[in-house]
Amino acid sequence: MKQSISSYSKNFGRFQSLVALLVLCIVLSLLTDKFFTAANGLNVLRQVAVNICIATGMTLIVLTAGIDLSVGSVLALCGAITAGLLKNGIQLPSADLFIGFTVLGAALAAVIIGSFLGWFNGFVITSFKVPPFVTTLAMLTIARGFTMLYTGGHPISNLGESFGYIGAGSLAGIPVPVWIAAIVVLLALFITKKTKLGRYIYAIGGNETAAKLSGIRINRVKMTVYSIGAALAAIGGVIVTSRLDSAQPNAGISYELDAIAAVVIGGTSLNGGKGSVWGTVIGAVIIGVLNNGLVLLNVSPFWQQVVKGGVILLAVIIDKVGEKKE
Amino acid sequence: MLAAKNISKKFSGVTALSNINLELHPGRVNAIIGENGAGKSTLMKIFSGVYTQYEGEIIYNGKQVKFSNSKEAELAGIAIIHQELNLVPYLSISENIFLGREITNALGILDKKQMNKKTKLLLSRLNLPIDPDTKIAALKVGQQQLVEIARVLYSNASVIIMDEPTSAISDKEVDNLFSIIRHLRSEGKIIVYISHKLKELFAIADRYVVLRDGNTIDAGDMHAITQDELIRKMTGRNMGIEKREANSGQSEELLSVKKVCLKHPVVSTKNILSDISFTLHKGEILGLYGLMGAGRTELMETIFGLHPKRASGEVAVNKKLRKINSPVNAIDAGIGLVPEDRKLQGLILGQTVRSNISVTILQKLQQWGLMLNSRKEKELTGNYISKLGIKTSSGANAARNLSGGNQQKIVLAKWLATNPQILLLDEPTRGIDINAKTEIYKLVRSLAAEGMGIIMVSSELPEILAVSDRVLVMCEGELTANMPIDKVSEAEILKYAIAKNN
Repeated sequence: MKQSISSYSKNFGRFQSLVALLVLCIVLSLLTDKFFTAANGLNVLRQVAVNICIATGMTLIVLTAGIDLSVGSVLALCGAITAGLLKNGIQLPSADLFIGFTVLGAALAAVIIGSFLGWFNGFVITSFKVPPFVTTLAMLTIARGFTMLYTGGHPISNLGESFGYIGAGSLAGIPVPVWIAAIVVLLALFITKKTKLGRYIYAIGGNETAAKLSGIRINRVKMTVYSIGAALAAIGGVIVTSRLDSAQPNAGISYELDAIAAVVIGGTSLNGGKGSVWGTVIGAVIIGVLNNGLVLLNVSPFWQQVVKGGVILLAVIIDKVGEKKE
Repeated sequence: MLAAKNISKKFSGVTALSNINLELHPGRVNAIIGENGAGKSTLMKIFSGVYTQYEGEIIYNGKQVKFSNSKEAELAGIAIIHQELNLVPYLSISENIFLGREITNALGILDKKQMNKKTKLLLSRLNLPIDPDTKIAALKVGQQQLVEIARVLYSNASVIIMDEPTSAISDKEVDNLFSIIRHLRSEGKIIVYISHKLKELFAIADRYVVLRDGNTIDAGDMHAITQDELIRKMTGRNMGIEKREANSGQSEELLSVKKVCLKHPVVSTKNILSDISFTLHKGEILGLYGLMGAGRTELMETIFGLHPKRASGEVAVNKKLRKINSPVNAIDAGIGLVPEDRKLQGLILGQTVRSNISVTILQKLQQWGLMLNSRKEKELTGNYISKLGIKTSSGANAARNLSGGNQQKIVLAKWLATNPQILLLDEPTRGIDINAKTEIYKLVRSLAAEGMGIIMVSSELPEILAVSDRVLVMCEGELTANMPIDKVSEAEILKYAIAKNN
């Protein structure tokens, strides 16, 4: 019956957020009967699917005591590239060259480019010791700039039905984006709980000096997590672009904040070393349920911001109080 | 006079102090002696108002007193100087001394002139003629300690408690500290001196109190007791560290270090290490002795690949030249490093004992090249936990919950798991009680007996003499001596550590 303190605190973060989520659901079901329906449930999941993808990547990064502010811009850039490649391919009239892209091809290309951008973040952070906050802040601006350049400031639309399936379609009654998010979460859970890489991520966040002295290749691990984070942002970009059937130049703005909010509400510490993917999923769902509830209750959408911020504060305060008790 | 009358304290059912009765006399240096866990810090925290829940009484100057916080104790004149200094590194000496009690003029603006003047006076009392505007970070540890003492003096404390004051300063600074303590003693202050170093206590203390397992065992005049008797009272048994018979067998060369130099990180013309050369053989234990700043830790770090850009020289393992540019290279070459500070460098305190031990060998625990086999991990770490006698309720216990000695064993376990040929130990018994120390000595000897080559950095001469086959002495970045242990005395080793030109 005696649980060791460390596993208890690992569960505590998730446990209290799970309880919070359940309480929230119960309260909302009592306030409106439109909440507790299958259709609404799927609606919420579809809406949080993109954030879950991005926030999962963010979790890995935050666990190493890092942060990535550029995910929103990477989402926009990769979404735009997907749309552009799908619609126009790569054309070099001078060389009489035309490469067309299938849906899969375009999405894959976008994810590869996203990974490269993430890798670049990691490279700057590890080679030049520029703090993650500053590096990814710069990338946020740079990637947004590239998005504007690539799109010329206009949306790229009409991308075809087969592409639209990704964002708007369903498989076995469940929206495709939810399937994608589920796969992403399962992979992330596998990595964090069952692989060497997962252990290294927690070690670096827990005590980077001890991790280095234990022979862990710190730089390699960091570059990997930033790559993964950006790749997941790219996947988010594909989903968003598909759902709107259009790559918007201002897509993804402030998506990084929602991702970080999910991570924090889920109990992961911004100092690294403590937290879990599960917690982030619960955090993202809490945000989604809150937003959904406010809409169903006909509350002004502007309240969503206030409530979201309040929940973040509440979650961290509860975490800190819980820590003190230990 | 400050006295404890039947003081007891429990922490959630565990008794830390049980009916402590002692008297601390003014105009005397009162040594509080005891192993780790004897209750010394707990008692000091009660005296200084940090712990407010306890049974029994504190009698101060004939009256019973009870402090509800540490500020009250400070105002009553009881001050404590902790082992880890509480100074703000980027503020100046003057700003630190006046922290929390700044002098302001009539307009409420800081009166820096006054504060600097007073600081200068305080510093001169302590033989520290340094500009009061100097930032703490620019001072040596010994000087920083004197600033802490100055802070305490300014508050006119009548009881000054010092916790392990000489653990991080050189012998010269110790001499200066002692003359200041003697001066304070002559002013009638009550000095409480907590230390493991019995030799020092015989030099400075007038009275002693021995604590063991939360009880007062004995008290008396320092001059009326011998070191062996004190150790017996501290440990409840005879504990001598038998001197090691030197292993003089000629065995194969494991490690050869040739002309290793390490440039200073800031002043590129200065060297932290100059032309270090020595060899280590199979089954041999090299004791590396030197004072603080001699470069011992830096040498270990350089061999382990932590300073690839600033280091030069050759390192050969098993007679093959190796390029060691990172800990990864060092581990590949069969070298392990148990670092100086186990909490900051050796352990991930928030993780389990199990994860801490397995972190160096996760490759071995992989199946299908990707997934970690948790059953194998439990088994392997369980073996080390029992082999090294790590006291923990289970492998899933958090590393931060274990005692210092057991935490050190975790770090050892994680390196033994890599099956190293060469083990570098940097102050492996620092801050550990005598029982755990002896266990670690036994372990080190058995590892050498199995053929491992070991370099042990230590600041304690008795330890070096007890465990090493050969002793290497460093002084200011140079290797000043390299001799078999049976050919050299403590005094000689000390001599080589103090002066370069011999």
